[in-house]
This record gives sequence, C-alpha cells and structure tokens, in this order.
Amino acid sequence: MCASVKYNIRGPALIPRMKTKHRIYYITLFSVVLLGLIATGVFQFWPHSIESSSDWNVEKRSVRDVPVVRLPAGSPLPERGDLSCRMHTCFDVYRCGFNPKNKIKVYIYSLKKYVDDSGVPVSNTISREYNDLLTAISDSDYYTDDISRACLFVPSIDVLNQNTLRIKETAQALAQLSRWDRGTNHLLFNMLPGGPPDYNTALDVPRDRALLAGGGFSTWTYRQGYDVSIPVYSPLSAEVDLPEKGPGPRRYFLLSSQMAVHPEYREDLEALQAKHAESVLVLDKCTNLSEGVPWVRRRCREHQVYEYPQVLQEATFCVVLRGARLGQAALSDVLRAGCVPVIVADSYVLPFSEVLDWKRASVVVPEEKLSDVYGILQGIPRRQIEEMQRQARWFWEAYFQSIKAITLATLQIINDRIYPYAALSYEEWNDPPTVKWSSVSNPLFLPLIPPQSQGFTAIVLTYDRVESLFRVITEVSKVPSLSKLLVVWNNQNKNPPEDSLWPKIRVPLKVVRTAENKLSNRFFPYDEIETEAVLAIDDDIIMLTSDELQFGYEVWREFPDRLVGYPGRLHLWDHEMSKWKYESEWTNEVSMVLTGAAFYHKYFNYLYTYKMPGDIKNWVDAHMNCEDIAMNFLVANVTGKAVIKVTPRKKFKCPECTAIDGLSLDQTHMVERSECINKFASVFGTMPLKVVEHRADPVLYKDDFPEKLKSFPNIGSL
Amino acid sequence: MQAKKRYFILLSAGSCLALLFYFGGLQFRASRSHSRREEHSGRNGLHHPSPDRFWPRFPDALRPFVPWDQLENEDSSVHISPRQKRDANSSIYKGKKCRMESCFDFTLCKKNGFKVYVYPQQKGEKIAESYQNILAAIEGSRFYTSDPSQACLFVLSLDTLDRDQLSPQYVHNLRSKVQSLHLWNNGRNHLIFNLYSGTWPDYTEDVGFDIGQAMLAKASISTENFRPNFDVSIPLFSKDHPRTGGERGFLKFNTIPPLRKYMLVFKGKRYLTGIGSDTRNALYHVHNGEDVVLLTTCKHGKDWQKHKDSRCDRDNTEYEKYDYREMLHNATFCLVPRGRRLGSFRFLEALQAACVPVMLSNGWELPFSEVINWNQAAVIGDERLLLQIPSTIRSIHQDKILALRQQTQFLWEAYFSSVEKIVLTTLEIIQDRIFKHISRNSLIWNKHPGGLFVLPQYSSYLGDFPYYYANLGLKPPSKFTAVTPAVTPLVSQ
Repeated sequence: MCASVKYNIRGPALIPRMKTKHRIYYITLFSVVLLGLIATGVFQFWPHSIESSSDWNVEKRSVRDVPVVRLPAGSPLPERGDLSCRMHTCFDVYRCGFNPKNKIKVYIYSLKKYVDDSGVPVSNTISREYNDLLTAISDSDYYTDDISRACLFVPSIDVLNQNTLRIKETAQALAQLSRWDRGTNHLLFNMLPGGPPDYNTALDVPRDRALLAGGGFSTWTYRQGYDVSIPVYSPLSAEVDLPEKGPGPRRYFLLSSQMAVHPEYREDLEALQAKHAESVLVLDKCTNLSEGVPWVRRRCREHQVYEYPQVLQEATFCVVLRGARLGQAALSDVLRAGCVPVIVADSYVLPFSEVLDWKRASVVVPEEKLSDVYGILQGIPRRQIEEMQRQARWFWEAYFQSIKAITLATLQIINDRIYPYAALSYEEWNDPPTVKWSSVSNPLFLPLIPPQSQGFTAIVLTYDRVESLFRVITEVSKVPSLSKLLVVWNNQNKNPPEDSLWPKIRVPLKVVRTAENKLSNRFFPYDEIETEAVLAIDDDIIMLTSDELQFGYEVWREFPDRLVGYPGRLHLWDHEMSKWKYESEWTNEVSMVLTGAAFYHKYFNYLYTYKMPGDIKNWVDAHMNCEDIAMNFLVANVTGKAVIKVTPRKKFKCPECTAIDGLSLDQTHMVERSECINKFASVFGTMPLKVVEHRADPVLYKDDFPEKLKSFPNIGSL
Repeated sequence: MQAKKRYFILLSAGSCLALLFYFGGLQFRASRSHSRREEHSGRNGLHHPSPDRFWPRFPDALRPFVPWDQLENEDSSVHISPRQKRDANSSIYKGKKCRMESCFDFTLCKKNGFKVYVYPQQKGEKIAESYQNILAAIEGSRFYTSDPSQACLFVLSLDTLDRDQLSPQYVHNLRSKVQSLHLWNNGRNHLIFNLYSGTWPDYTEDVGFDIGQAMLAKASISTENFRPNFDVSIPLFSKDHPRTGGERGFLKFNTIPPLRKYMLVFKGKRYLTGIGSDTRNALYHVHNGEDVVLLTTCKHGKDWQKHKDSRCDRDNTEYEKYDYREMLHNATFCLVPRGRRLGSFRFLEALQAACVPVMLSNGWELPFSEVINWNQAAVIGDERLLLQIPSTIRSIHQDKILALRQQTQFLWEAYFSSVEKIVLTTLEIIQDRIFKHISRNSLIWNKHPGGLFVLPQYSSYLGDFPYYYANLGLKPPSKFTAVTPAVTPLVSQ
C-alpha cells in the first residue's frame, strides 16, 4: 500500500509546471481515477449481500440442477487398479509438503451429473451417505477449496455401492477429472464392492493409482499401507435408537442374527443350537410377517419374533459371517449392541485394522472351525469378555456410528501415514475413554537402574538462614554419592555470603540466584543438574545422617520413577466434612513424602515447571506453601505409583527450631495443607495419591549384628 | 508551491482513502462470510482459507446408498458352497499370493500344537555360523520336536541365509537339494530363513530356488514382495550376533533434557552408481558439520578410484575425522538409509545405542512389522523428502524423544539382542496366526516385558498379568492364594 502511495506522489508533483488547461485535465483525470477507486471499494463492500445471496442459492440448489457432463463413448479409461501400489511408489508426497500442523489438505471435486453419449445417467448422482461423507470432509480441518494446495483429492462421483453404477462409464468419468493424473492422490470410498456372481473384494471400477477406502477387502486385494479398510455403514445406526447396555453376562451366550446365511453355515449353526439350546440362538428371516411390518427390523426363530437390532443386546457373542461379500453391515450393529463379534470370514481385512487392535474387541474364527466356535468361546475368561464388550462398543462409537466417523477415521489414517512422526498413538486409537481416563502411561517406563557412579545433585532452597544452611551443606557433603550441591538463593534483597565464607566441601558447590522469591524455584530443571537423581533438602534439615542419605539414594536407584523421601505424610477422607484432610501424626500408612528431604528424578522438575496441570504452580507461589504436596500429586498422577518412605526417623529439624512452632501455628498450618490437598484434587480431577503401608530400611537394620559390619550403621534414631 | 503541496496532499490522501476503503471492504466481506460459514458448519475454531465454496447442503431427500433389500437378495443368491470357495482360493492363491489361508496346512498343528521340526544335518553340508545359531535356537526352544510326524512347521538344515551368488557362503545346487527332501511337500508348512538375496547389480529379492509354498523369514524384504500375514520380516544381523543372551541396550539412565550432542548422525559407505545410491549420494545436502553429521566414504570395493567423483576426496577426509561409536553414543537420532539392499546393519546398531533410528528406506517392510508398532521407536522418513528430515526431527517434542529412546531399548532387549530372540519372535508370530483366538494383542507386543514373556496360553486377559495394571487402569486383586508344598523337610535351608 505504501508503494502505491509513493507512486501517486509522482503525478501531482508534475502539475505546477503545466498550463492551467493541462492542470484541469489532470485534475479531472485524477478525480476520475479516484472516483473509480472509491466505486470499486464500494462495490467490493456493498454488494456483498447480493453476492452472498447468490452463494446461498448455490447451496440451496437441488441435486437435480447440477451441471451435466456428457461422456463420449470413446473417452479414455483409466488402467485397472495397480496391485503393487504403495505410498512410496504411487503417492505424490510433494503435494502434501511439510507443515507445522502436520495435516493433509483434501479437495473435493464439485458435483456433476455424468451421462453417456445417449444421455443415460452413469449412476445415481449422489447417495445420502456419500453426500454425508463429503459434507463431513468439507466441515473438517482437512478441507481445502484450493485445488492447487490439495494433497488428496476426493471425487464427488459416488462409488459407495458398485451395484448402483455402470463400471466402464464411471471409470471414464473419473479419468476426465481435472487433476486425475492416473489417479495419483485420489481417494475413492467404496463400501459394497463386486457384483454377482463372483463378488470381487475390491471395487471393479478401473481406477489406476487411486487409493481405495474399501469395505470388504480380502488380504489379496488389500494393498497394505496404501488402501484403507473401512466398515460397511449400517443405516440402522441412524434409524434406530438403541440405549447403551453395559458389559456383563447376557441371556444368550451366542447369537446368529444374519438373514441370508449360506445353507452350509446354517447347518453348522443349527447343530450348535441343537446342542446348546439354552445359550445359543440362531435367528433367520421372518416368513410369516403381516404386510407393512418392516422385516429388516425383525428376526425369527420358528414362530418366535425378535426385534432387530435390540435382540443383539441379549447376547454375549454375536456371529458375523461372510455373505456374498466379506464386509457385513451387521458388524456395525453387533458392535453397537456391545456384543462381542465372532468374525467368520477367512482372509477378511478388518475395518481400520491398520490402527485398531481387533484382538481386544473381537474373536476371529476360521470358517472351517465354525462348528467348534462354542468351545473356543467358552475358553475366554469372563473378565476378558467384559473388556471386549466395552471395547466393541467403543469402536462403534468412535469409528462406526456415522458416516462422519468413518470418513474422519479414514482421513486420519492417511494423515498418519504421511506424517508418521505425528501419528496418533495406539492408546489414542484404541483406549476407550474410561481407560484413557483411569490409565497412566509412565513417561519413565523403561525399567532402568541408574548406575551408582552417577551420584545425585542436592538442591537446597534458602532465604536467609545462613547458619543453618551451612550446617546442612556440611552434613550433606559427607554423603559418598553426592556429586554436586546447588544452593538456590531465593532472597533478592540480600546477597549470598562471600565465597570464602562457605563451607569447604569435596564436590562442586554452585549458588543460583533467583529473580523472585518463589517456591517453584526449587523445582526448576536447572542445567547445572547433571545427574538423574535430585535430592531436595530444606535448609533446616540437619538431623539426617550421611548413612541415611546414602541409603535413600540407593533405594531411589531401584525405583527411579518414584519420590523417595524421609518425612512421610498421609491424606485422609474426612467423612464429616466430606473433604480431604492432611495428616502428619503417627499412622500406619503413608501417601506422600515431603520434599524437605526427598530423592526424585530430574524429569519431575521439568514436569513441575512446564507441565503442571491447571493453575497449581501459580497458586503455590502465591500461597508460599504446599509445593511439596503439589510435587507428590504430580509424580503419583503421571506414574500411578506410590511414594517410598525410607528409614524410621520422625524428627528432622534441630530441637530448638521446632520449639518455636507453637501449637496454634501448627493448627493453621494443618488447615492450610488440607486446603491444598482439596484444591489439587479438584484441579487433577481425581485423587492420584496412592496409600502404602511399607517403608524401606537397610537389610540389617535393628538386627543383632556388629554395627561395623553393617553397610548403613548410623541410620539414626526417631 | 502552496498549490502544489495542496494538490499533493489532497490527491495522496484521496488515493489512500480509496485504497483503505477498497481493502477494508474486502476484509470486512471476508470476515463476514467467514462468520456465516462457521455458523453454518456449527463447529468452532475451524479456519477455512476461502470459505465461499464448500460442499453444498442439498435440500433434496437423497436415496440411501444401498437399497433396503439389495444385501439380503445378493447374499441369498450366492450358490457356490463356501467350502468349494475355500478350496478354490487355495488353488488360485499360490506363490507370490500365498497367505496362511491358501498355503498353510492348519491341520498339522491341530493335534500336537505348534511343534517345529528341524531336518537332520547332512554330512558334507557346510552351514555358516549364523544359521547354526538359528537352528540351535529352534532346537533349544519349547517348540522343538525331533519327530516330523508331530511337526506343524519345518525348518531346513540347508543354509539359506546367504543367497548372494558372489558370497563365499553361497550354497550351490540348493534347488535340487531341496527337491530331494521327502518331507518337502512343495514347501508347505516350511519356514525359510534368509538374510541376503540377489546380487550385484540389481539385488533382486529372489532367493535363487523354488520355495514353493514355504514361508519366508527374510531380512530387507520390500512391501511389494512381502506376503502379509505369511512372511516374517526379520532384521539383518551380523555373524557376530550372539546366539543367546546378548548385550543390553546402551541406555543406562535417562537424561533430562533428552537431547544429546548431535541431533542426527550417519557414517557409512556411499555407492556412486547403481541401486540404492541415490539416497546416500544426497546426504551431503543435509550435513552441516555441527549437530547434523552425515558422513560417507567412497573407499570400498576394489576399483573405487575408477568411479570416484569430485566429492569423494573431501568426503573421505571428513569421514576419517569422526569416530562411529562416539557418534552413536552421543546422537539423539541416527539415520538409517537403505544400502544396496533395503535393510542395513545401522538399524540394529542404532536401536541398541538408544539412538532413535530415522528410516530412509522406502518400501522396506520393517522387522516384525506384523506386531511391532515402529512409530513408537523410530521416525519413518521418506527418501523423497530427505531435505525435510532435519526440520522434521527438530519438530519432535522432547517428551516424545524421551519415549522413543526408551522404546528402542525395550525393543532391542525384547526381540533383537540375540539370534535366539529373533528366532523365537519369528516363531511366536507364526504361532499367533495359527491359534488366532489365543494370540497376543498389540499392547502385549509393544509394552514391557514384550511378547516373548507373556504367554496367552496362561490367559488371554491382560488383567491376569502383573504388567498392564497401569495401562488398563486396573488395581491388583485384593485376595491371594496360599500355596504350601508338602515335601520332606530339609535338614537345613
């Protein structure tokens, strides 16, 4: 814009040199230009409503009015699908590029009606489901209307059901798409492939290199890592309202509800029914229904009529047999009912099997073993059945229940392949919300025992108690495995003592000055901490002996993902007040250790500083209290494990220091601490602390054994 | 002069105003239609670059994609017997189309379970050490049987590991030797181990004899040749790979932050021409001599001087400057580009060294891909996008690096650290296919302690094992069972 202003300057500067006639001429010229510009501006601004209303017209346009494209009889035909296609051979990654969001862009071709030379339509223009599918894409983050930026192209030519289209002409329609380019980066959705009598397991429309999201792939037609196996959508998902039924034992152990089961299988199933009359139910199509009853929603056993899909909720296991095709819409109904599918369809590639762990939600039985199915299922433990029921229901909710769910899962799978380093994890795909919520994935999951040689770094937070601080430093420096001592000087008004005044110790001593007097400074992941193990110690904890500290470090090495500490505390549920209470008295249990003296992994400093949930960190700094409780919550929440209390000591501060704390002070302190627990529990949304009843002491502790032969003789008194 | 100024100010102000109006109008229009768009889609926070054209909302009542009676009619019109269809499948899908359903005889495993028979070694047949180790691992396993009539799976005693004709280990006349085995049965239920196939210049994946319906446990197998759920992709291991036990992973402790001195390293041969040369030839584009150190040498083979290009001498001197082991131990990521074949030794080396492998080997079916989720332990790159690799790995969050690194160690120790583990993993994968309903799920394979230590024959319910409480959000059971062995008392304990 500035450039254009400059450009305009040049014009008027010439004016004074000209004659009046010219001047008037120029002024008129400029006025015209000016007016023109204003007019354009107004036009851009004003007629918006006119233009948008034409937009809305486009939207409201009927499917009958879409432009018609005539396909000449001889128009080119794509090659047949290339079975050797893989992402690295047939897919053009350059179109997808590197972007910070790691998201592919999907373009949808506009809707056309294709007719052949004689004007006969190639197919039903668009089905309800395909329209829903394209709407889902266009509403998603993947959508782009800029064809030149797209990574994936979705034709609006509906090939969901091969039965409703003319194969050759549909292929010709595909070939004339503007960016077809042998089908590169084009994605076709098909749920019902093949036709009589062979029923191929992949769409028969020649499609060259296009990716196929197909329902009913067999292992011979599925190009692993290229195609996506999708479910066959069941229209009942939307039509029928079926309240969820929780997992657990159900009236029938095994149910078969499909209608047109091949006689050979039906024989096997009937044999099962005859043998286990009470627990097996084999249903069939109803033959004697009165007119007007929707028979799709009814199943019969002799004269008994059952409602479908409601009857599925009465069974623990439901058989899903292959029919003409491998993919069956019944799978969706079965999952929805929380019935564990027993899939009997040899070589079938299960829906979304690239990411979904079907072993947790289904039983796959070879067709040949259909007659043994009862025995196989009997061998499954009851609790596993409940897991599977829950898992089945979750798969339906997340990936089967609507066309939108199916579409987005398909695009996510392709997205995961293009940006594998940003792919969704196994847990994100497979864990139902209840498991996601209650499970913990420990960030330090590898069981390692850090070498003793590394040692630990002691961090002392101090404000101005220099004398006591020096005593702590002297005591801690005697611990053999100490590798460095870090003093966090939290007093901005006073300088730390001069170098010469500090105690002389055998390991490096480093003083870090902080910008603000905040408790969270003690948990900052300082670069100076070069060891895994951190000993947090208050500047008044002078009672701990060198043996006690060394022993604590040894225990921590065995449990590097836990807080290992000395002063133990407990949280209790106060039934009268209906809230949590903080307890420091003698108890049988412990659920926290105070970080006034505790070993832990440096990683938790990082988590405390950068990943503490909610406003806990600021809250602690504002209240100048409970940073230790917050750390206990954090570690327990992320690892799901309890603290480890070491050695029997109860008193940690010098006797004269504790004497100052009066009883009343003590009581307000306890109230505050209880408040902290309640606050943190509400922020975490749960009570992560784990209660334990054990403590770690040296093996020969209190044994009648010569002291000098013990590794840790001076474990101290209470 | 006054007039001049006045005109100037007036005109420039006017044009500025006009331009403002123009752009302002455009923006306002855009934002208005944007907000309408959001209202319409009913979702918040979605940004659509140009929101005017999206998929239209049709007012029509559209027809469902499947007429209500189509499926039922189709299913009931199928007359071919499923049994016949299965038989037909197994006669059509042979060779490259082999699957368990068509090329494997499940009935052999019915009676005695999963038993593996190893052919007796014949006199005069030389067997290289690696293959000796494989056979010893099978013979030492709980699957082994010496009775072929009990066997479900057969393993040759002929060394099939090295099928490179130029190699000294190459076994000649394998074709006729195999055909003369009376239990061969056209390879049905046989498992053939192979590390190297093909030779210079094209390195095809042909093992040089007719394997019939046998399964392949093969290194460097490509996705095109890999028969899913039939073959097993195994890692390339050297002849020094220990038979049992094996070295631990190099990671002794987790460092925070998890970054090491080098971001990405590689040190290896560069092929000047021929298959697999493109990627390694291009590595120097990414090398920055600081935290991305990718070193190649042309010095290999007899006549390298003859083919050498302008970069060779400079590359060779750089190459000598760095110590491979030092780099391995001090790098966050290790590049694993394809060599002549798809797999390379770099892969296992990086895994053991807790250096997260960055794969640049398009079309390599990664080892044990059927059960291992490699996204949890490696970065799967694309050879075509070599230049993006540095920005890709720099975009990976530290928490993810910490997890990737620990997973490399878990996988190394669970499945790769010895020949025995590689062989047992291969056998367990095959066993899981045969007894599908009592097989391990993906969680078991990818979480500590791994598939070799969790036997689904004990229970197929994860909560019955002590390892998965945290993953499933379960609590250990609150009751225990006391077991008292009633034995003769020992004098002293």
